Amino acid sequence: MLQLITFSALNGVLYGMLLFMMASGLTLIFSMMGVLNFAHASFYMLGAYFGFEISRRIGFWPGLVLAPLLVGAVGALVERYGLRRVHRLGHVSELLFTFGLAFVIEEMVQMVWGKLPVDYRGPPSLDFVAFRLFDTTYPAYRMFMLSVAVAMFVVLLALLTRTRVGLIIQAALTHPDMVAMLGHNVPRIFMLVFGAGAALAGLAGVIAGPALVTQPAMATLLGPILFVVIVVGGLGSLTGAFVASLLIGLLQTFAVAMNFSLAEVFGPTAPPFLDDLWRVTIAQLAPVMPYILLVLVLIVRPTGLMGTRES
Amino acid sequence: MPPRLLEVDNLNAYYGKSHILRGVTFHVDEGEIVGLLGRNGVGRSTTIKAIMGNVPPRGSIRLRGEEIAGLPPYQTARKGLGYVPETRDIFPGLTVKQNLQLGEKPGEVGGRWTMEDMFGMFPQLKDRADTRAGFLSGGEQQMLTICRTLMGDPSLVMIDEPTEGLSPMMVEHVARLLDEIAKRGVAILLVEQKLTIALKISHRLYVMGHGKIVFEGTPAELSSADAIRKEWLEV
Ligand SMILES: Nc1ncnc2c1ncn2[C@@H]1O[C@H](COP(=O)(O)OP(=O)(O)OP(=O)(O)O)[C@@H](O)[C@H]1O
Ligand SMILES: [Mg+2]
Repeated sequence: MLQLITFSALNGVLYGMLLFMMASGLTLIFSMMGVLNFAHASFYMLGAYFGFEISRRIGFWPGLVLAPLLVGAVGALVERYGLRRVHRLGHVSELLFTFGLAFVIEEMVQMVWGKLPVDYRGPPSLDFVAFRLFDTTYPAYRMFMLSVAVAMFVVLLALLTRTRVGLIIQAALTHPDMVAMLGHNVPRIFMLVFGAGAALAGLAGVIAGPALVTQPAMATLLGPILFVVIVVGGLGSLTGAFVASLLIGLLQTFAVAMNFSLAEVFGPTAPPFLDDLWRVTIAQLAPVMPYILLVLVLIVRPTGLMGTRES
Repeated sequence: MPPRLLEVDNLNAYYGKSHILRGVTFHVDEGEIVGLLGRNGVGRSTTIKAIMGNVPPRGSIRLRGEEIAGLPPYQTARKGLGYVPETRDIFPGLTVKQNLQLGEKPGEVGGRWTMEDMFGMFPQLKDRADTRAGFLSGGEQQMLTICRTLMGDPSLVMIDEPTEGLSPMMVEHVARLLDEIAKRGVAILLVEQKLTIALKISHRLYVMGHGKIVFEGTPAELSSADAIRKEWLEV
């Protein structure tokens, strides 16, 4: 039991931090520009594929640095030459644009790397056991992922709260027009944030790729969970996104680990009308957990955990 | 003769299909306090926003002879125009000090105004330097917005209804500040609802009606122009 809790907690925090690496960019972009970026998970996928391609040519470590930078550049270009032009046509066009972009990226990934998962591996130097608890082991690569995610979190927080650019970004979250009228180049800030958000998602892809599966469907699989995270956290709230990321990370990991049914917990005598439900294991429910949470939060707090805006 | 500080010529502006400004023409000279009066909804705020580039302008806007109509707001600001909106728009999550820091323009140092000047004029702000601006009172927020704009060292500050909702004492305070700003050589375009304040501190006044300028004159001239006041100002 102790090992189950330890490992699930570690994995849950890890999964949560990965979610936050993507949700943070998504929610910053949303509150600044009012755009729900449907292509955000595609940047995560691009990160994994770029990382894979670089790692098989010159190694994992260069990929860890280069792939996020490349994805960030793609993101900045998408904002500068795509979104900024579409912006004049209104929000619906922006949504359609990011929606279309997600498809384009997925098709291109399939054209270049094929429909099957690619063999993206972590570096051999991290191929050992980090620690052992009773008879279960925890791989070093996962500890590495966790450290990268935590380091990113610290850097992001420091950038946002301690630097001038960070202050401008914080101000532009609520009053972009006013910030511009003080002489700050807000369009360039938008491009920067979009690029940095894409790079963060890319970094998540680079480190998650070897641990999970690098395949063309990975964006489509992740996308909905990301939206659940930012809605549960409260649209536009960075703190909310952080709490929701960890919550959903832990919830799903613990659910997967609980391979027993309600019948085993509460005894076999279920109320007759709940008979079927009683035999479903919690692990089977894991994939729908985020959505259950979403519905519950929306019923209790329609603005999300930390959100303030109504829509 | 050197070009005027700000010269607005036949300015037109629209919100969608509705034609709000219909040929506004006026000017502001260096160091002048110019009042812009008119009834609610007549288009005074729109005039300022069009000059800043926040609402698309048609017509000519010249700053020291240079055409600036249609520049994006951040460039208009860098040319030396400061804007204090009627909605104040302080950054509530940032501290007073951080708000002031964001008033400084990128890459510009050694402006006319320092943070110390601001704290000297408004000791209240100094006491609350590390407080989040969202917790300030309405009057304090108004002072903060004006100071934030001054930090950018503008040649002309356009201030939209700075005394709205303030206590009489605070109104006095703001009026003295505006005077002080002008004495340091910064011109002011003041949109004001309270006729007494506008008459007291302005050097020249314009009255707007139906999206145009309908009167130009000194405070003394406006005081004696009963017909103008009745038709365009009194409710
Ligand atoms: N964003 C907007 N969209 C559409 N119409 C607007 C918008 N902003 C202002 N208007 C309209 O334009 C007209 C002029 O507005 P403006 O804000 O310039 O008035 P004002 O003279 O500053 O008056 P006050 O500040 O007392 O409301 C008003 O009739 C107003 O309803
Ligand atoms: Mg107004």
